[in-house]
Amino acid sequence: MKTVAELQAIKQKKGELFGAGMHHILVCGGTGCTSSKSMNIIKALNEKIAENKLESKVRVVMTGCFGLCAKGPIVVIYPEGTFYHSVKVEDVNDIIQQHVMAGKPVERLLHVEADTHEAVHKLGDTEFMRKQKRVALRNCGVINPENIEEYIARDGYQALAKVVNEMTPDEVIDTMLKSGLRGRGGAGFPTGRKWQFAKASVSDVKYVCCNADEGDPGAFMDRSVLEGDPHVVIEAMAIAAYAIGSNQGYVYIRAEYPIAVQRLQKAIDDARANGLLGENIFGSNFSFNLEIRLGAGAFVCGEETALMTSIEGKRGEPRPRPPFPAVKGLFGKPTILNNVETYANVPAIIRNGPEWFASMGTEKSKGTKVFALGGNIVNTGLVEVPMGTTLREIVYEIGGGIPNGKKFKSAQTGGPSGGCIPAHLIDTPIDYDNLIAIGSMMGSGGLIVMDENNCMVDIAKFFLEFTVDESCGKCTPCRIGNKRLLELLTKVTNGTATMEDIDRMEQLCYYIKENSLCGLGQTAPNPVLSTLRYFRDEYVAHVQDKVCPAHVCKNLIRYEIDKDTCIGCGLCQRKCPADAIERTDYVAPGHKLASMRINVEKCVKCGACMEACQKIKAIRKV
Amino acid sequence: MKKNTTIPFDGTPEQEQQLRAVLSKLKNVPGGLMPAMQQAQDIYGYLPKEVQVIIAEELGVSLAEVYGIATFYAQFALYPKGQYKVAVCLGTACYVKGSGEIFDELSKQLNIANGEVTPDKRFSLDATRCIGCCGLAPVMTINDEVYGKITAKDVAGILAKYQA
Repeated sequence: MKTVAELQAIKQKKGELFGAGMHHILVCGGTGCTSSKSMNIIKALNEKIAENKLESKVRVVMTGCFGLCAKGPIVVIYPEGTFYHSVKVEDVNDIIQQHVMAGKPVERLLHVEADTHEAVHKLGDTEFMRKQKRVALRNCGVINPENIEEYIARDGYQALAKVVNEMTPDEVIDTMLKSGLRGRGGAGFPTGRKWQFAKASVSDVKYVCCNADEGDPGAFMDRSVLEGDPHVVIEAMAIAAYAIGSNQGYVYIRAEYPIAVQRLQKAIDDARANGLLGENIFGSNFSFNLEIRLGAGAFVCGEETALMTSIEGKRGEPRPRPPFPAVKGLFGKPTILNNVETYANVPAIIRNGPEWFASMGTEKSKGTKVFALGGNIVNTGLVEVPMGTTLREIVYEIGGGIPNGKKFKSAQTGGPSGGCIPAHLIDTPIDYDNLIAIGSMMGSGGLIVMDENNCMVDIAKFFLEFTVDESCGKCTPCRIGNKRLLELLTKVTNGTATMEDIDRMEQLCYYIKENSLCGLGQTAPNPVLSTLRYFRDEYVAHVQDKVCPAHVCKNLIRYEIDKDTCIGCGLCQRKCPADAIERTDYVAPGHKLASMRINVEKCVKCGACMEACQKIKAIRKV
Repeated sequence: MKKNTTIPFDGTPEQEQQLRAVLSKLKNVPGGLMPAMQQAQDIYGYLPKEVQVIIAEELGVSLAEVYGIATFYAQFALYPKGQYKVAVCLGTACYVKGSGEIFDELSKQLNIANGEVTPDKRFSLDATRCIGCCGLAPVMTINDEVYGKITAKDVAGILAKYQA
């Protein structure tokens, strides 16, 4: 593309995306919905449209993630904006005949609010969406990610055009500084400052990198942006390159995200074909090329120096800083690295101005944050809220609360580097600094909700097993310290730990934090520390009373048969794989057969008996 | 992982030809070693020693370096996978919804541990990191088929589909 006029021409030609006079049926093509066969729905829709000769009146569009993954596959129909959930291939006929042809919504596919029991017609009117503000996700679930013209129609590449033609690199950096944008990958370093350092470094070659190695278990924000709006990342990386004086970029993306990889590759190819990547972009002196590098499943590669080592084709081990990547990064050259969500905010900041962005959020955390809401919550999915939204709003209003009437126990943020927020802090406004203050961290945005059935010691152990497994082994505190910490934690869950072991664990945590080389080790003990801080009574119960209050830790639970409820049918005895159930000679009043009992010596605690006794409910965990 | 060290290498000349073509393209690309290994794994399904030797020779690096990378990253497999690759997500969202029990049940039914393959090479079992469909948690996959919102009780029925 040589001129801005060409860009405007594409935008004008494309016009309004969902103009009147035509039905647009948007079907989610994100990983969650494709796993529930949304591609078959697209196929069936197109067949029905052809059958009814509606090609000129109805268009089916595959989009990125709408966010409400729990209710997938999701279909939204414009111009009405009607939102259908849990759609199956069998529903396609009614969608075409009833909705499109007869103009009557298909009631049974509408969303019903959990609290009011009322059907909601539009996605934007659901409680899930009402409190959200979409900046990074503004195009997700709106455009077809594989169509560059749809991105351009939504003001795509306008920011790049403005930067290249009207702004100096210093003005771009100044805009980023003023906006207050901080890194969305976890640490929250001001993005503008990072760019400033890299610009100040003198070198013939500089690199711009994007961290799309989303490794936190339970986090899928970046994947959804790449699947739903890949061009926004390309545009932002080009802007960053212009600002620091770079011509080459790399996106380091997980190989486990095949759909994201394929769509990003197509977007890069399309951008290049349209002259938005390559030589002399918009007729300027600025040239920029972009390549994908696939990660290979190593969590430590989310750390910036490790990621760059991995792009160089080596074992992804981190190295000490300084020198910081802005001075000496990829292939020894000045490099900036931002994560996907950070980049997704950049074009909007350039277009709308830094003041607009800074008007959202809290004093030190500006803008919005995307969270992947998961675990024991009704509305699992992707949400974007202004910084400063409270956990209560996210869990109970947007998330729809905890299923099955269970009680909220804790929310885990920051993945293996973060901590567990207890129920009494649920009204904390969420931003970078508040989360650090309560012993957790923002992390990349995974937010896992836990209820009374989750054991906090077990959760801490789960995360530590993860970090022990993923520790690269380069530095001793992380490699050996975390291993020892896990052994102590295992003693707790086995019921063999002493109170001294808890003190020892705490000491070891601080030692690991202070002495590890990179972010992985420095934050690995956080899940242990935060659960010790807020759920110490659970640790004490495991150690002193030899009890797991949530009935999770196998060594500490026992199965018991209530002798007066048991009808003596013997079903449990037949299901028991360990021959641990025997008949007593006690016949309960009103029963014909003698009741059963469990021999704890033989019991392997598999729970088969309790499952077998679901009707009578004479067996319980204690 | 230990069981299968004796499965013989059965690469074909066509595969080797494909591999050498890939390597000649990546020879002079900076940081080309990892992409080379990823593509080699696409060709063979795993990275046996015989393949690692070819990569090392063609790209002019030591075998130790290739092996070091192969064992560092979870994606690289040193042993072949089964005809049906069974994987259970042990990401946080799935874990708090009981995917650990699903994994144990699969391991029991297939009688293999994490990373192993059944003697008839029909099934292999892997615990994976978050695959990103947390809305369907807990999730297991068999090849490209995703099974969501399942319990340990569903495992036998799902496996039966692949045992015929």
